[in-house]
Amino acid sequence: MNFYDIIFYIFAAITLLSALFVVTTRNIVHSAFYLLFTFFGVAGIYVLLGADFIAISQILIYVGGILILLLFGVMLTNKITNVEIRTGTVHMLPAAIASGIFMGAVVAVMVWTEWKSEPSVIPLTTTKDIGHLLLTDYVLIFELLGILLLVALIGAASIARRDKE
Amino acid sequence: MLHVGLTHFLVVSAILFSLGIYGIVTRKNAVMVLMGIELILNSANINFIAFSKYGNFGLSGQVIALFVIVLAAAEAAIALAIVLNIYKTFSNVNVDEIDHLKE
Repeated sequence: MNFYDIIFYIFAAITLLSALFVVTTRNIVHSAFYLLFTFFGVAGIYVLLGADFIAISQILIYVGGILILLLFGVMLTNKITNVEIRTGTVHMLPAAIASGIFMGAVVAVMVWTEWKSEPSVIPLTTTKDIGHLLLTDYVLIFELLGILLLVALIGAASIARRDKE
Repeated sequence: MLHVGLTHFLVVSAILFSLGIYGIVTRKNAVMVLMGIELILNSANINFIAFSKYGNFGLSGQVIALFVIVLAAAEAAIALAIVLNIYKTFSNVNVDEIDHLKE
C-alpha cells in the first residue's frame, strides 16, 4: 500500500460518503453542499487517473456552474421562510432494496471480470493532446456540441422567461 | 487486492451510480432528481477516464468525458428552466404530484 493507494482511498471515501449524504439528507440545501464534496472527490479521482485537464474542467463547470444553477433552482422553487428546505421521499424501502441489488450485481461483475488492463502511459500534461484530438478526430462532435450549447442557451432562456402580461 | 487498479475505480463508479439511482427514485423534489442525474453522469465519467488509462486507448476516453461534462451542463440549464416553469404553473416541484402538462 503506497502513497497513491492511500490518496485513492481518501478520495473514494470522500466521494462515496458525501454522495450517500446527498441522497439521504432531507434538507435540500445540505444535499447541494454535500454534492460539492462529491464533485471535488470525483475531480481528485480524475487526477489520480492522470486526467488533469478533465479534473479542472470538472471543478470549473460542475462546482462553478451546475451546482450554482442547482442552488438557484432550489431557492427559486421554494417559499423561503428559513434555511430548512425539506424534501419528501417516496418508496424508501423498495428503492433501497432495488438499488442495493443492482449495486451488488454491478460490483460483482466489475470484480469478477478478468479485465485486460494494460496501463498506458498518460503524458504528464494532457491539455495539448486533448486539444489536438478535439480538432482532428473529434472535430465533428466538437462542432455539434457548440451548436448544442447555443441551442440549450436560447432554449433555456426562452422556456424560463416570464410571459409579457 | 489493496493495490489500486482498474477494478477499484470501476467499483467506486458502480456504487456512485447506484446511489444516484436511489436518489432519483426516492426524492420528490425535481431539483433533487437532477442531483441524482449528476451523480450518475459523474460515475459514467469515472468509467470513461479509468478505461482511458487502463485500456490503452490513448486519450479518447478523456475527450469523451469532456463531452459528457458539456452535455451535463446543457441538460442542467434546460431542466432548471423547465422546473421553474413547473413551479410557476403548479406552485410546487414535487414530481409525484405533477401529472398533467397544463393546468
